[in-house]
Amino acid sequence: MSHQHECHKYLPGLSEYIDGELSPELCAELERHMAGCERCRIVVNTTRKTIDLYQTSSDQQKTPSDVRERLFKRLNLGDFLSGANVKSKHE
Amino acid sequence: MQADIDIDKLIQRDRKEYAALVDSYSDKVYRLALRMTGDEQDAEDVLQETFIKVFKYIDGFKGLSSLSTWIYRIAMNEALMLLRKHRPEGYSLDEENEDEDITPRQIASWGALPEKALVSSETAHHLQVAVMRLPETLRSVFLLRDTEQFSVKETAEALGISEGAVKVRLLRARLKLREYLSVYFSEPSLEM
Repeated sequence: MSHQHECHKYLPGLSEYIDGELSPELCAELERHMAGCERCRIVVNTTRKTIDLYQTSSDQQKTPSDVRERLFKRLNLGDFLSGANVKSKHE
Repeated sequence: MQADIDIDKLIQRDRKEYAALVDSYSDKVYRLALRMTGDEQDAEDVLQETFIKVFKYIDGFKGLSSLSTWIYRIAMNEALMLLRKHRPEGYSLDEENEDEDITPRQIASWGALPEKALVSSETAHHLQVAVMRLPETLRSVFLLRDTEQFSVKETAEALGISEGAVKVRLLRARLKLREYLSVYFSEPSLEM
């Protein structure tokens, strides 16, 4: 089996490996392969980094205040706009 | 802020409870809509229509999925409907070509680039450009699973597809995005 062909064999399980959901047997097999395959190590690392980047940038995204204001008014909830009247989880 | 929402109060049309619901979920819905449509006005339209529908149909919420999954499902449907509206007549949603080869081709190792290069506003813009290049069928799965951190089961429920389809689409979405970002991050100007 060519090396490239062997890499291709592991591709379908790559997502589950990253999510820690691959079966222990397949996980061990993939890790043995990666120990000797820089190409697959790079693909796994950069896929992980891709996911991290999207998660980090999403966490920073907030609704702009003017958008929030128009939303509350459209829903006839303008009197709750200050946030002071909205209950929090600590209430 | 994530308030504990009382569904019974929502059904009784308790306005304070509605306000708490909107406050808890508006950032998430707006973020998903913006990433899904790539347009601020469209994202605002999706945001408003989602909560109008949540209020209108709350009586029909059976609790078979979580409230969060139900809201995201409405938001995703609104976003997809809006994207469809923008299409020339007769064009359906972008479907994934399942025969397309997804073998990784870009093998640059950019995972260790300094944080400065990875979190700039230019990078944020590029992340959005890259996600918009995905067909909607892949984009929707990727956003729910990887940016909203839904489980495979929740993603399947929110999109009305099987868990197997979620897994297949997620793999393809991740590999495609990795490919796009590898081209971007391998540009010599980003090497520090």
